[in-house]
Amino acid sequence: MPNDSREKILRRIREALSVKAPARHLVGAHQSGHSPQDWLPPVPSSRADLIALFEKNSADLKTEVRRCADAAAAATVLASLARDNGWKSVGSHRFSLGNDAVSALGLPVVFTDAPYETASLERCDAGISGCECLVAQTGGILVTSASAGGRVLSVLPPHHVVIASASQMVGDLADAFALLRKTEGSVPAFASFITGPSRTGDIERILVLGAHGPKRLTVLLVES
Amino acid sequence: MSSESVQFHRDADRLTHDLRHRAWIQKALGGYYVKRDEQKAKYTDWQQARATAAAAKYEAVNHLDKYLVELSDKLAARGTKVFWAADGAEAAEYIASVARDAGVKRIIKSKTMTGEEIHLPQALEKAGLEVVESDLGEFIVQLRGEPPYHIVFPSMHLTRGEIDETFQKKLGSAHADTPEELTMIARDVMRQKYCQADMGISGANFAVAETGHISITENEGNARLSTSLPKVLVSIVGIEKVVPKLDDLATLLPMLATAGAAQNMTCYNTLLGGPRQPGETDGPLEFHVVLLDNRRTALLADPEQRDALHCIRCGACLNVCPIFKNIGGHSYGTTYQGPIGSVITPHLRGLQSWKHLSFSSSLCGACGETCPVKIDLHHHLLQNRRNAIAQKPVWWEMPIFAGFAWFMRRPALYRFAAPMLRLFEPVMRAIRGMDIDPASMWTRTRDLPPVPQQSFKEYWRARHAKR
Amino acid sequence: MKTRKVGTLAIVCRDCLAKEEWTENDLGSFLVKITLFIPCFIDQYYPGAGIGMVKILEKLGHTVEYPESQTCCGQPAFNSGYWDEARSVAETMLDAFRDAEVVVGCSGSCGAMLKVFYPELFHGQPREAEAKALAAKTHELSSFLVNVLGVGDLGASFAAKATFHDGCHGLRELGIKREPRELLRHVRGLELVEMREAETCCGFGGTFSVKFPEISTAMGEGKCASILETGAELVISNDSSCLMQIQGLADRQGHKIKSMHLAEVLAHF
Repeated sequence: MPNDSREKILRRIREALSVKAPARHLVGAHQSGHSPQDWLPPVPSSRADLIALFEKNSADLKTEVRRCADAAAAATVLASLARDNGWKSVGSHRFSLGNDAVSALGLPVVFTDAPYETASLERCDAGISGCECLVAQTGGILVTSASAGGRVLSVLPPHHVVIASASQMVGDLADAFALLRKTEGSVPAFASFITGPSRTGDIERILVLGAHGPKRLTVLLVES
Repeated sequence: MSSESVQFHRDADRLTHDLRHRAWIQKALGGYYVKRDEQKAKYTDWQQARATAAAAKYEAVNHLDKYLVELSDKLAARGTKVFWAADGAEAAEYIASVARDAGVKRIIKSKTMTGEEIHLPQALEKAGLEVVESDLGEFIVQLRGEPPYHIVFPSMHLTRGEIDETFQKKLGSAHADTPEELTMIARDVMRQKYCQADMGISGANFAVAETGHISITENEGNARLSTSLPKVLVSIVGIEKVVPKLDDLATLLPMLATAGAAQNMTCYNTLLGGPRQPGETDGPLEFHVVLLDNRRTALLADPEQRDALHCIRCGACLNVCPIFKNIGGHSYGTTYQGPIGSVITPHLRGLQSWKHLSFSSSLCGACGETCPVKIDLHHHLLQNRRNAIAQKPVWWEMPIFAGFAWFMRRPALYRFAAPMLRLFEPVMRAIRGMDIDPASMWTRTRDLPPVPQQSFKEYWRARHAKR
Repeated sequence: MKTRKVGTLAIVCRDCLAKEEWTENDLGSFLVKITLFIPCFIDQYYPGAGIGMVKILEKLGHTVEYPESQTCCGQPAFNSGYWDEARSVAETMLDAFRDAEVVVGCSGSCGAMLKVFYPELFHGQPREAEAKALAAKTHELSSFLVNVLGVGDLGASFAAKATFHDGCHGLRELGIKREPRELLRHVRGLELVEMREAETCCGFGGTFSVKFPEISTAMGEGKCASILETGAELVISNDSSCLMQIQGLADRQGHKIKSMHLAEVLAHF
């Protein structure tokens, strides 16, 4: 920006930093060679234990996790969700785990990986997406535009359904960041950790789900 | 006394006598303590986590120029417009001009204390724009014309009945009995606002230099929506928000959740690094990041208190502060409440006008003990006091402390203190609590202890006389 | 005369000459020359705490001395921002304790003043080294008994249901939490119950209590409520300033609470 205060601010900063602050905060901190595993809540190593931890955290968060033996089973579960909840239209995008399941619903689909109308997506009863990975330590789901159909699909419709493979389970946030760099080359312009359905405690500190984002979050965990 | 100090005393006096408020806040925070301790216990080493978080912020703040330039360059590489604002007026003017140039009429805003600090909503409303708060707590206090009560829980002080009344009056909604119903009323109002807004405004919890992202933490999803749906997005970010590496967030995000809201992880933690990129089908077409100084460099220039810029705005210090719990967030009369507010407000808004916030503490140290990034909060309060007095001693205190020092350096005179206290005890008892009682600030509400028959010095002297 | 180094203390043991192996238990039998630090308001209002400290240390066989030139640690001026005045008073403490081997006091807040804040007060000043030396050799009583002397059971007895209030400076500046409870555990007849929010400030805070009396009183009310909830008849603390606040408020509001300093309870033998 040509006429902003960048140089003025940088000058102030450099002048301020010419006097050193005491290095009290570096005392006790590990030097390099340590991972957050050394201080964050512990994370197991086996896939089975990771999945169990993810399920336990999801239960606390009120995220529904449904294990599905294969993609066909996931399609069956998705169809039953559509039926039980009376879905009339859904939002989605093209992703290998979801393509068949979504088309099998036989419902109008707003595809968000092509130009779409916000108003149509707003009317959808559910958004069905993939994800970048699942994070066992937090019970969270990492989404990006490429892996989850854009920036809006996973937050606008009142029910978000994620179809993910068990092989997408990672331990903690550091693992998730590493995966993100690997699969997408560099960290994309949009990435979000979703940890449970939307919630608020702003009124009397009482928990209410579905404040603005989805009230329901379902993970269909495909095992094969 | 500054006018700010007068306001503070008046409000604090009123709130400390409000037993309903006291019980309400106690209840509101009671659950937090239990859950926070449960969450902390899950950490393999909470103190090591604090040390890691503190070290990351120390690195960032003490090399701030380097990391801000890196952040700015990486953001710009994706098409983000980065504007450096020396103060609030510059920031507000820039944001208003962005709105003007893009033909914006309606703005939807997610929670930003930095925006609150520079009175951004008011400045934009003055420029003829509609600004709606999307965070539920902020939305409620906006409707009531009140400032936020707490930096994390803006409407903590209100009952469902008060919120229901506000919604009925301002939104014309039907009577609602439960937090659930009230939340759904707000959700319905907001959904249309998201879809119709031309511009979103957000803050940021962190800004990652290494990868060029801002990071936004929230539970409701309103920031996700405000930053994805409108065609223009402006994020206002204090320059101290920067962290060096993406991996620093692997520690900072869980700690923010645990310390701030006693959660394992907050619901949505979003990285934003640019406007809609090639290959994306949604997201803002324009993304502006406003980096705000507004006297943060003044705090940076105080090496003793520079670590106050480590603050991740988690609110944990407010939650443990006995002063905050008794006087409430509004008594502070300024954007940042509680211990962190008491430390930084004299720097950001003037030492002499705001020093009373640093004096109104018993220095219990609960804040410094709890701070996830190890800011030496309670010691900074002492340093602010020293700086305020060094700059301008209080005229009637000077003779008192000079006299105190003179007397205490003379043990031969000090010997007479005990007999004097005993002599005047009956008089003191008679005038207790009255205006002429020199100890009236104490005796208005508390008894003084009886003066013992023998001071320790007298006992010791007697002991030696015996031997 | 055999000596043993414990931290910066060189402890002289007259009774353990025959022992070759030194263990933690032997610490209790080491005899020390202890210099007493009696803060001004203990001297004036709560001498019992100081007297209790003398009784305890002498029962353990140590020699106590008390430099009479000490008056005040300077904390009121320090907390109010008048550091020059505080320093000039603190210098009398540097003088009084110059020759002390080990300094033991019975106040968490004044102990913190000497141990934690003197180095800051004298930072960059001529007598900085002395201030640091004094800080290093100063101990709060319960910490000294448990951590340095390795003593737990003083042979005390006191029949009461009591609760312990953690004075903030002792707790957070000096790290004292376990030590008073370890000592009280051995007091015969004492039933110790923990109050909700034992670590929450009582509201004294030195000059805060008279500069912001309304906030101070509200905080004190919270503390009294916590104490009353336990059903304890007695509140014990290692800080008499906290007890002054709690008792003063309890008396004014008619609550049946009695207060005693830790040293007074432990000296009941």
